[in-house]
Amino acid sequence: MSLADWEVVIGLETHAQLNTRSKIFSGAATAFGAEPNAQACAVDIALPGVLPVLNRGAVERAIRFGLAVGGRIAPRSVFARKNYFYPDLPKGYQISQYELPVVAGGSLTIRVGEADKTIRLTRAHLEEDAGKSLHEDFHGKTGIDLNRAGTPLLEIVSEPDLRSAAEAVAYAKALHSLVRWIDICDGNMQEGSFRCDANVSVRPRGSDRLGTRCEIKNLNSFRFLERAIEFEVRRQVDILEDGGAIVQETRLYDPERDETRSMRTKEEAHDYRYFPDPDLLPLEISPAWIEQVRSEMPELPQAMRGRFQSEYGLSAYDAATLTASLETARYFQEAVAAAGKDNAKLCANWIMGDLAARLNREDKDIGAAPVTPRQLAGLAKRIADGTLSSKLAKEVFEALWSGAGTDADAIIEARGLKQISDTGALESIIDQVIAANAKSVEEFRAGKEKAFNALVGQAMKATKGKANPQQVNELLRRKLGA
Amino acid sequence: MIHATLKELSAALARKEISSVELTTLFLERIERLNPRLNAFITVDRQRSLAMARAADARIAAGQATVLTGIPLAHKDIFCAEGWLTTCGSKILSNFVSPYDAHVIEQFNAAGAVILGKTNMDEFAMGSSNETSYYGPVRNPWDTDTVPGGSSGGSAAAVAARLAPAATGTDTGGSIRQPAALTGISGIKPTYGVVSRYGMIAFASSLDQGGPMAKTAEDCALLLNTMAGFDARDSTSLERPREDYTRDLERPLTGLRIGLPREFFAEGLADDVRRAVEEAIAEYRRLGARTVEVSLPNLNLSVPVYYVIAPAEASSNLSRFDGVRYGYRVPEYADLLDMYCKTRAQGFGAEVKRRILIGTYVLSHGYYDAYYLQAQKIRRLIAQDYAEAFRHCDVIMGPTSPTVAFPLGAKTDDPVQMYLNDIYTIGAPLAGLPALSVPCGFGAGGLPVGLHMIGNYFSEARLFNVAHRFQRATDWHTRAPANI
Repeated sequence: MSLADWEVVIGLETHAQLNTRSKIFSGAATAFGAEPNAQACAVDIALPGVLPVLNRGAVERAIRFGLAVGGRIAPRSVFARKNYFYPDLPKGYQISQYELPVVAGGSLTIRVGEADKTIRLTRAHLEEDAGKSLHEDFHGKTGIDLNRAGTPLLEIVSEPDLRSAAEAVAYAKALHSLVRWIDICDGNMQEGSFRCDANVSVRPRGSDRLGTRCEIKNLNSFRFLERAIEFEVRRQVDILEDGGAIVQETRLYDPERDETRSMRTKEEAHDYRYFPDPDLLPLEISPAWIEQVRSEMPELPQAMRGRFQSEYGLSAYDAATLTASLETARYFQEAVAAAGKDNAKLCANWIMGDLAARLNREDKDIGAAPVTPRQLAGLAKRIADGTLSSKLAKEVFEALWSGAGTDADAIIEARGLKQISDTGALESIIDQVIAANAKSVEEFRAGKEKAFNALVGQAMKATKGKANPQQVNELLRRKLGA
Repeated sequence: MIHATLKELSAALARKEISSVELTTLFLERIERLNPRLNAFITVDRQRSLAMARAADARIAAGQATVLTGIPLAHKDIFCAEGWLTTCGSKILSNFVSPYDAHVIEQFNAAGAVILGKTNMDEFAMGSSNETSYYGPVRNPWDTDTVPGGSSGGSAAAVAARLAPAATGTDTGGSIRQPAALTGISGIKPTYGVVSRYGMIAFASSLDQGGPMAKTAEDCALLLNTMAGFDARDSTSLERPREDYTRDLERPLTGLRIGLPREFFAEGLADDVRRAVEEAIAEYRRLGARTVEVSLPNLNLSVPVYYVIAPAEASSNLSRFDGVRYGYRVPEYADLLDMYCKTRAQGFGAEVKRRILIGTYVLSHGYYDAYYLQAQKIRRLIAQDYAEAFRHCDVIMGPTSPTVAFPLGAKTDDPVQMYLNDIYTIGAPLAGLPALSVPCGFGAGGLPVGLHMIGNYFSEARLFNVAHRFQRATDWHTRAPANI
């Protein structure tokens, strides 16, 4: 057997840190990077006698997510305690949701090659993050930073619908884009705002029974997610092909060695003794609250894709590309607003073409592009009205990128890049070209189309490329009586 | 002065017959003299108390006094008070000085009351005799060879022995009412959610409720006026308008329907207690009340249900005491696990460990449904029993405790016997109902007997009324132990 004989089955559990200003059960701030324990209040350090109070902002973000994925928002959900001892878990339990999560079901559409694939979601639930153990700089002791303790998380669990590392990455990217799109998470993966656990198993192709799975914890980049799954799939296939059996366990990915390692087996798994937290009332979400949140939702990527196709006549591919992230969509919409609907396709081409290439080359996000949507729109307008040839347009774009000018018109003016479209001026230039190239004129008249192109070239050369090629064409043909 | 009620003390302070400093000093000196025998206080801090008393005197002089300004109060050591050692009766918190005030303390401080000290208690409020305290047992001032009840035994003994005019307590299964009964004072556990639990160290979150303990029901009403109140920091605190719990004190009892659950007067009730309670009920009839028999068919399930739910919650609530951030940590350990194990093994006493083990067991995978879930279902049935009884009566009455105070050590080897002490008091917290105990006579050995009354939700003012009219007609509440 070979890898191709095995089907890979993956489900992801993603922790998205919700972008509330304060923590999920206390008033302490959630900002990243403060001095250790500067953002840990009495509730976060679990002093005797303190109690949690739910942050409604975190709930509102969970509702937003539920609406965005078409899930069911539970009218009543319950916070539960997940009990285990760890120094960075101050209460000795994590407040999470267990039997009754705030969001059930829903789905997310990803692109696999040229096709769309729908990934079903199991649930999404609210919970608090733990603190952080600091093992360096404490002379053999461990330091505890509780700034992150109590940070709100939405844990989003997918069904095992993913069939390859590439699909898992596509799903994670789509989810990453969505949570930023609906503004519930900043998506900063370096800071741990968005991280995935992958449940991976393999089975002989054609089998409908799930294989034994392993869970790979805490994958905080798309590349690690892909590498970890690929490694894990090979590891499992090797074991099975050697006649072995997979042990259900939790594994860690080591990016340095590019491998996964066992963390604990099922037998060693904690008994978390979940039970409803008696300090918190059941979370009740009224239909009115849901409607309020719904009325404040931005247009979702799926809807926007459709609108870009119908309103601007974009292809499905273009529409999908432009809605892959909120920043791209926002850029495109601002450019179209400034350039006019008729120039939408032109804007789209520039965003997906020159702009994307340039951003890629300099490893920049579109949000940080030196060329603003308004500047790009100005450029598009001058292309559309024939002022700029595509060659000159690239020069203007470069000038805008480097900050050499503030808008296309100013650059065109300053550099004299304007196409010569004045018929009178062009006519006299063409007359000179005809006079100076009698041989080519002769050949053209004898039926050689190639000679015509040479004449156009001469005219362009004489105008240093600023002539409108189409106009040169027309004038030449008229003058030559063709 | 030491026998005066809060109302009388408040009037004396207002008339400047005595200053808060004098009053506070009087009680501090009594504590100094009598506490070595009773062990009712864990912490006394003369300087702090007197500083508060001076501030209270200034406030009285400025004409900005409330009814509690300048009154010294003893607080159960379960309430966090800023700058005060707050131990919860445990070695594991034997070095914990609270950096913040509980809501209850905040409210008393705002009213200008003086903190007289922190009272002894069963460790983490787990006990019915005050023998589980790391700081040693509290002795009952009526007979120092007997227990004062628990877990608020220190507060009860302090009030009974006139070491404090009044005190705070907390009640999870009877921890205010049973010690009140055993020491001949009055105490109420309010409706769940009336008093904020913020800063009150949790034992069993769904049952814990703070309340006042004093010589009279009227004093309890006065204290609850300050102690109760919505607190946004406790999600189970109830957002209701403030009420004056003294408003109905004098209302006549004509037409009052007293429900007598037949299960309260069945097997297990000592004869001396039965006699005193029946006489008290006869007094109520003379006051114009009539009695009806009611039934609480699931009463015998309340102890087992309680001993599933309370330990379950406690096992989780007490996880934070791990030696990592505050409190006791064992000095020598090999690694993290060793530190956890030794710290908790040494930091907790036997009863606390027993309950953590029970709680851990009933929440474990495979047992949760059979124990915890089942207990929650029965808890609802118990609440329904009370709801049904209140269709026929205004207040349920019976004994607070099946016996008078028992000798120290008598039940320490038999936890089940100890747990059965709470048979009459456990139902109210399981249902979230308010319940009160007042002294109603004496039993064997001249030890006090408590009359227990349970009201419907938010009927505190009515309970105070029913208790107050009884105390106007009797003088049990004015009796104090000899030799104090």
